[in-house]
Amino acid sequence: MSEPRTLLAIDHVSKNFGRVTAVDDVSLDIRENEFFALLGPSGCGKTTLLRMLAGFETPNDGRILLDGSDIAKTPPNKRPVNLMFQSYALFPHMSVRANVSYGLEMERLPAAEIRSRVDAILATTELVPFADRKPEQLSGGQKQRVALARALVKRPRLLLLDEPLGALDKKLRGAMQLELKRLQHEVGITFVIVTHDQEESLVMADRMAVLKDGKLLQCDTPHATYEHPADRFVADFIGVMNFVPGKAAADGIVAANGARIAGNVSATLSPGAPVVASVRPERIRLFPSAETANRTTGTVEALAYHGLDLQLHVRTPLSPKPFLVRVTADAADRRPVSSGDQVELGWDAADVRIFEE
Amino acid sequence: MRSVAPPSRSSLLMAPALAWLAALMVVPCALVLALAFFRRGIYGGIEYTFTLENFGLVFDPLYVGIFLNSARIAGTATLIAVVIGYAAAYAISAAPRRWQPMFLFFAVLPFWSNYLIRTYAWIVLLNREGLITQLLRWFGYTGEPPSMLYTEGAVIAGLVYNYLPFVILACYAPLSRLNPELAEASRDLGASAATTFRRIILPLTAPGIAAGAVFVFVLSIGNFVTPALLGGGRFQMIGNLVYDQFLTANDWPFGAALAMALIAIMLLVLMAQALAANRASGRTTQAGGDTDG
Repeated sequence: MSEPRTLLAIDHVSKNFGRVTAVDDVSLDIRENEFFALLGPSGCGKTTLLRMLAGFETPNDGRILLDGSDIAKTPPNKRPVNLMFQSYALFPHMSVRANVSYGLEMERLPAAEIRSRVDAILATTELVPFADRKPEQLSGGQKQRVALARALVKRPRLLLLDEPLGALDKKLRGAMQLELKRLQHEVGITFVIVTHDQEESLVMADRMAVLKDGKLLQCDTPHATYEHPADRFVADFIGVMNFVPGKAAADGIVAANGARIAGNVSATLSPGAPVVASVRPERIRLFPSAETANRTTGTVEALAYHGLDLQLHVRTPLSPKPFLVRVTADAADRRPVSSGDQVELGWDAADVRIFEE
Repeated sequence: MRSVAPPSRSSLLMAPALAWLAALMVVPCALVLALAFFRRGIYGGIEYTFTLENFGLVFDPLYVGIFLNSARIAGTATLIAVVIGYAAAYAISAAPRRWQPMFLFFAVLPFWSNYLIRTYAWIVLLNREGLITQLLRWFGYTGEPPSMLYTEGAVIAGLVYNYLPFVILACYAPLSRLNPELAEASRDLGASAATTFRRIILPLTAPGIAAGAVFVFVLSIGNFVTPALLGGGRFQMIGNLVYDQFLTANDWPFGAALAMALIAIMLLVLMAQALAANRASGRTTQAGGDTDG
C-alpha cells in the first residue's frame, strides 16, 4: 500500500468561549479516504472541533489545512466540506428531492446535471420511493439517509458527521454503522464522525482520536487504542477494563493487599509511585495453569450469558471493585461455575498495562 | 370509578363563552345589519321601511374612493409595520435567550398606556413647534418648520406605531421556534446568508408574517381615531366616515351599511389568510397519503 496522503491537518488548534477552553492545542492529521472518529465524553470539545472544520466556529489559535491551504477563516459556504447535523436539519418545507437538490442549486449547476446527480444519490441511499415526501413523513432512519444524501451529493472533500446514529434505536444503529462504512467505501469520500459511543468508533473507524477536556489524549487505530491505551482515562473509556490499584515496583506493581502483579513498568514511573495495573476481561482465564504470571482467587458474585461468552463478576482481594471476567461459552461448559463458587483467575504479564493513578 | 359527563352536559361548560359572544358580538352586529335596511328619517332618526338604498349608496364613486384610500393607507402601514416588526423580531430571536423576554417586554410596553394618549404623543412629536422641530433647531436648522402633522404620512406613522407590537409578537413566535441548525445547514450546503434568508428562514416564518400583517391591516382599515387626530380630518378613512354618519350626519342606516361593508372587507381578508394557512398545512398532509410506498 502506498503512503496515505494527509487530506486535513489540524495544527495546534485552540478554541475558547470566554473563560472556557473547549479545544486545547489539538494537532492531528486526517488522511485521504479515511473513516476517522472523534471520540470523547460530552463536553470534551469534539463537537467544537467539528464545527471549526465545518466553518461555524473560528479557532482562536492554530491552522486548519485542507490540501495544504489554511481554511480556518473560510466561511462554511465556501469550503468543500459538508456536515451532517445531529438533528439532521432537513428543510421541513421541502420534499426529500428538494432537500437533496438544494446544495447543487447553490453551485448553479445545469438542471439536467442536478437531476441526474440527485437521482443517483437517491438510488444509492435507497430513497427513491420517498423522493416526494416531506421530512415529517419519514422515519428516523429515512431522515438520517436524506441528511446523508444531501451532504454526499455535493461530493465534498470531507464529510463531517455529528453523532449520526444518536437518534436511532439500538438495532437500527448496528445496521446503519455497517451501512455508513459501505457508503463511505462506495463514494470514496473522507468521513469524520463525532461520537461519544466508543463501541461505535471501534466498529466504524479506520483511526480514532480520543479527546477529554479539549485535549487530544490519543490518536490511533481502534485496535491499537484498545490494546495500548495512552493513559488510564483512555483505558477506562474504551471497552471494559479491570483496574488494580497499587504502587509501582521493578517488574510490576504491589497491590494494596501485598500481592504482586507482574507487568511492564514504564521507565518514567518511579518505584513506590501510586499506579494502577489493568487487564481486559477477555485476557483473564479461569483456573489457569501453574506457570501463569498473575494469579488470584475470588468468589463468583454474578454471572451472565451473552450467547457466545459468559461474563463473571468475581470478588477478589486485589481491588475494591469485582473483576469482570469474560470466558467463552465452550470454556464455561468444560468446567461449569455458578454463583458463590470459589474460582482461580490468571493472566499473563504481557496483558497487563500499568498507568499512573 | 369516575365517569365522564355526557356530551350534552359537558357542552354546557361552553355556555358562558357563547353567551358572552352572543351578547357582545352577534346581537350588536345583527342590530347594525338590520339598521342598514331602513330609511333615514327626515330629521335624523330612523323610518322603519325596508330599502336597499343604503347599500346602493355605498357603491357611489365618492365612497368607493374612500374605501380604496383606506385600503391604500392601511396597506402601506401594514407593509412598513411588517418590515420593521420582522426585523425587530429577528433581532430579538437572535439575542441571547436570557435577554429575549426583556426585549419582548419592551416591545409591548406601549400597550400599557392608552391608545389615545399614545396617539397624542405623536402630535407632540410632529407639531410645527414639536419635539422633532426643536431637535432640528438644536442641530442648527433655521428654516421653516417641516409640516409633518396632519399628513397622510402622520396617519401611517401612527398606525404603524400602534400596531407594530402585534407584528413583533406574531413574527417572534415562528422565528424563535426555528431550529438554528437549518440556517447552518443551508450555509453548509453553499448558500449565502441572503439566499439562506430567502429560501429557508422567510418561507418557514411566513405564517407569522401573514398573521401579523392581517392584524395590522384589519385594525388599520377600520381605524378612525388615528386619521382624526393625526390626519386632521383631511384624510378620511372609512372609520371616520362611519363615525360621521352616526354622530354628525345622523344618518344611522347609511352608517350601518358602511359598517357592514367594512366588516365584509375584514372578513374577506381574514378568510383569505385562513385559506392560505390551511393550504400551507394541507399540502404537507396531503402529500403523505398518496406517496406511501
